Amino acid sequence: MAHVENVKPVLQNRLHAVPSVKVAAKERIHSFQEVALGFTEDEALVEASRCLNCKEPQCVKGCPVSVNIPAFIKLVKEKRYDEAIHEIKEKNSLPAICGRVCPQEEQCQKLCMLGKKGEPVSIGNLERFVADHELEKGIKTPKSVCPTGKRIAIIGSGPAGLTAAAELAKLGHKVVILEALHTAGGVLVYGIPEFRLPKKIVQAEIEYIKKLGVEIRTDALVGRLFTVDELFKRGFHAVFIGTGAGLPKFLGIPGENLGNIYSANEFLIRVNLMKSYKFPSVDTPVHVGKNVAVIGGGNVAMDSARSALRLGAERVTIVYRRSREDMPARREEVLNAEEEGIQFKFLAAPTRFLGDDEQGTVKGLEYITMKLGEPDETGKRTMTPIKGSETVIPVDTVVVAIGRTPNIIIQTITKGLESTNSGIITTEKQTGKTSLEGVYAGGDIATGEATVISAMGTGKRAAQNINDYLKTKTSRLVQETPLSQNKTTS
Amino acid sequence: MQEYEQEYEKCTFTIGGSPIGYKILEKRQLAPQVKLIKIYAPDIADKAKAGQFVIVRVDENGERIPLTLADWENNTHAITVVLQEVGVTTRKLGALEPGDMVRNIAGPLGNPSEIKNYGLVGIVCGGVGTAASYPIAKALKEAGNKVVSILGARNKELLILKDEMEKVSDELYISTNDGSEGTKGFVSDVLKSLIQQGYKFNLVYAIGPPLMMKSTAEVTRPEGIKTLVSLNPLMVDGMGMCGACRITINGQTKFACVDGPEFNAHHACFDELIKRLKMYPAEERYAAGFQENQGGKS
Repeated sequence: MAHVENVKPVLQNRLHAVPSVKVAAKERIHSFQEVALGFTEDEALVEASRCLNCKEPQCVKGCPVSVNIPAFIKLVKEKRYDEAIHEIKEKNSLPAICGRVCPQEEQCQKLCMLGKKGEPVSIGNLERFVADHELEKGIKTPKSVCPTGKRIAIIGSGPAGLTAAAELAKLGHKVVILEALHTAGGVLVYGIPEFRLPKKIVQAEIEYIKKLGVEIRTDALVGRLFTVDELFKRGFHAVFIGTGAGLPKFLGIPGENLGNIYSANEFLIRVNLMKSYKFPSVDTPVHVGKNVAVIGGGNVAMDSARSALRLGAERVTIVYRRSREDMPARREEVLNAEEEGIQFKFLAAPTRFLGDDEQGTVKGLEYITMKLGEPDETGKRTMTPIKGSETVIPVDTVVVAIGRTPNIIIQTITKGLESTNSGIITTEKQTGKTSLEGVYAGGDIATGEATVISAMGTGKRAAQNINDYLKTKTSRLVQETPLSQNKTTS
Repeated sequence: MQEYEQEYEKCTFTIGGSPIGYKILEKRQLAPQVKLIKIYAPDIADKAKAGQFVIVRVDENGERIPLTLADWENNTHAITVVLQEVGVTTRKLGALEPGDMVRNIAGPLGNPSEIKNYGLVGIVCGGVGTAASYPIAKALKEAGNKVVSILGARNKELLILKDEMEKVSDELYISTNDGSEGTKGFVSDVLKSLIQQGYKFNLVYAIGPPLMMKSTAEVTRPEGIKTLVSLNPLMVDGMGMCGACRITINGQTKFACVDGPEFNAHHACFDELIKRLKMYPAEERYAAGFQENQGGKS
């Protein structure tokens, strides 16, 4: 490991951040262990001492859940870690997750005053440090609150649902999360790989939310097993929908249904949720050949490419139709991918897949080279394909990572619930209110594909508004009969 | 059992907490390597409709596989699935006994069959496809249709649910590939001869192995008979997330789990389905060998 145990880091220049240590690329590409190691206590103390503790902290403005960043960093400086995590958890119930996967460089750290002349404070790494510190010691049971007697159903246990659940439970409401899969966590467990977000961390944060009194019912696909109307009939006073963007987009080009062409969702569900990297100790297989192409330029594409590499691919190429600068992935993730030997083909738009006729599996990817033109009204540069530039590269596995759209099961069966043509549930931006009374929505299902932290922000706002709603309105509840009685009579 | 039921009720009837597992109530061998299993799952039994399926995960290391609902009872709160022991998961499931737990069951999934009075309906089913056909035949019969069922298998031993199908059919025909029972040949041949005899089918359901569905579709296509198939591709989540079950229907990619599982037989690309079903032969064999070396986990 790159940690040098006996040399204490010292603050030499306030403008330079304490570097965060990663497992060496050569070593990490053979396993799913976490890549970023996080700060040691000494490193955290030095990094915390860099904070200027601004009177008007800009960083807080960049945080979608408004964590009091200077306050928690000051507590770290004073080695008061328990209080530091308490300070964060006032606003953010999933700190160990956010410390790892938030795009801090676009949010809090972007606004850090130190960033004007040098490197901003590594707020994410400090958040991770205090959160991990608490997880190591064991999370304390939160103070119990006076129950309000109100019940809220949260649909989906991803970042939006977990946050809404935690906030509502802290206010004394009885919260039940309904999760369709067999494990809670949503995209945190099926989407983000182990090497970026260890599942035991997700598990630990979910345990904390359970300690707040939240119950989680797995195997429950709302829309099929229960409907939103039935939830009200079963005694819930409000419903929060946080079902995410779970439907994979495909390219719609010839040959896309050939074998060994995966949606990123399928590939990552197999690898992360079903743990097929442990196959055959677990039963779910995943096929990774020698030549893997991953199509797309976002974080999901990076995750897929790096997973494929760890599963034994000899050559992994990211094929992206725009330029390097246009890639929506975090710089850090692109850098990680490059270090690990992932290759990139820019300005390459896939046109068709070629297959082995007998087996029905993919063996080639044809793309056309694109030319960047002048920026259009939106500032994005226009692109035109270069005639005759079609090129075929040999591939035996393809992962299509070009985005996800909402799952529309709930929207189609819930009368009066308005949504856009693309299936996004229409909400009031500030409150998360939908067109139905007592029904709120947040996360990707309400905003379209976004980040973990932005989903958490919407979940939090919706929770506050659900709380206000429950205070002021009488509920839609008709009768509060326990369901076991309903059962025998129906 | 009572204790378990109470425990389960606490978890699911109030929709709080997760079931600790789903208990197997009954197991029956229907044919060599074909088993019928009844599982306690009140919420699903309450909601199930003809044409729907469940996703089953046998244990903590298990994969998620789709199984069509063959029946459900509100009085016993049980669902029935029929499985053919062909892969690691179906073998694991088949090895469980009454009293054992299945770790996870999600459902009911997929769109229910459209049940109404069509008039004369043909139900053509092959192999374990019969289990999926049974609730559809039953519902169509209850809706007032005249139901003519054609049951097929490779041989007599592999015919399943004959008595059950007989009860929900006005007429029942049998065919086996080797002629050990009923007409020798394929179910699609029987359908063809019925059509030639003057049966005017308003709707035909074909459920079974892909090749059987394909040949049935070719019998009804020239006659212009509306024909539906229930497809059985590989699935992981079963809720629209992974796209493993995608299939070309009339030139468009559809997901069997959320857009189906029923599709117009004349629009479905069966060759693609067959190829996509064979995606993991090497891995399946490897896993099977591994399980045997481990002495068969359960």
